[in-house]
Amino acid sequence: MLHTVNKSPFEKNSLDTCLAHAKEGSAILLIEDGVYGATKGTAVSNKVQEAMSKFTVYALEPDVKLRGVADKVMDGVKLVDYAGFVDLAVENDKVQAWL
Amino acid sequence: MKFTVQVNEGPYQHQASDSAYLFAKAALEKGHEIYRIFFYHDGVNNGTRLTKPPQDDRNIVNRWSELAEQHNLDLVICVAAAQRRGIADADEAKRNGKDADNIAPGFRISGLGQLIEGGIQSDRLVVFGD
Amino acid sequence: MMGGEVKKFLYMNRKAPYGTVYALESLEVVLIGAAFEQDVTLVFLDDGVYQLIKGQDNSDSEMKNFSPTYRALEMYDVEKLYVGKEALEMRGLTEEDLLVDVEVKTADEIRDLMEEMDVVLSF
Repeated sequence: MLHTVNKSPFEKNSLDTCLAHAKEGSAILLIEDGVYGATKGTAVSNKVQEAMSKFTVYALEPDVKLRGVADKVMDGVKLVDYAGFVDLAVENDKVQAWL
Repeated sequence: MKFTVQVNEGPYQHQASDSAYLFAKAALEKGHEIYRIFFYHDGVNNGTRLTKPPQDDRNIVNRWSELAEQHNLDLVICVAAAQRRGIADADEAKRNGKDADNIAPGFRISGLGQLIEGGIQSDRLVVFGD
Repeated sequence: MMGGEVKKFLYMNRKAPYGTVYALESLEVVLIGAAFEQDVTLVFLDDGVYQLIKGQDNSDSEMKNFSPTYRALEMYDVEKLYVGKEALEMRGLTEEDLLVDVEVKTADEIRDLMEEMDVVLSF
């Protein structure tokens, strides 16, 4: 199952709710303001780092670049473009958007 | 693979519509089928032809219309959400006694059943919203 | 109505009512969707639990109180309503505060439930 999160973790709890309800082995894709959750040295970095032992965490590269945080992305977060987003949606049996 | 895409936010206000467009375009480029794009909530505002964005910005509405024309896409605007927000085609305008319609080329207005049917007929439903 | 294929539809409700229109319009999808005779499940998490709270009163407000509609869902054969335990607790609510019969489920239970679904509509 692919989970998408489009909210900044500093504003909304979408990422927390996603992490609490995603099954081990799931793919989590951060898009839009959700990509701030993929950056280093933040109040949620440890949480995301920990999540990476259970889930594969992706961030949408065009959204990362747009927001000027490309050099701050945590190690282990995989960057994908829109074609990669489509591939993730194909590889996983369904998509849950944590809005 | 067959996709239905749901767009819940209007253009410019929220990135959801941009994300949905770029996702749909990428899916088509990879040879997948977009069964339907369903516009709900403020997403219905993606279908007004009266928008006039600044010259140096993207034209979100035209971009949808063009993608629909190129790929023969089914762009469906939810009728109930559209009535609330003042999006109408000629039939809707006439039925509701309005003096104008504003639907953009390539869009059509239909019921919520089209969203459910999209979920049934497609391999994946992908939601973009707030 | 449609015949043929039956899919498992999950409606994921995470927004409070009134402040934004999502709760009301997602309920409209559920009602229309019921005619398609699919296998429907509603989950209420986060502020979505406030949609089901008793005593919603619009008498001093011009907004539509759509909460009675949740009680009518049964007539549409929409009977699987699940509410997040953590979401209720965090908001100081219990099942007694809700206007319909629901099953309270932990995050672990909701996780398993989601895996069984075919289509997730998120609001």
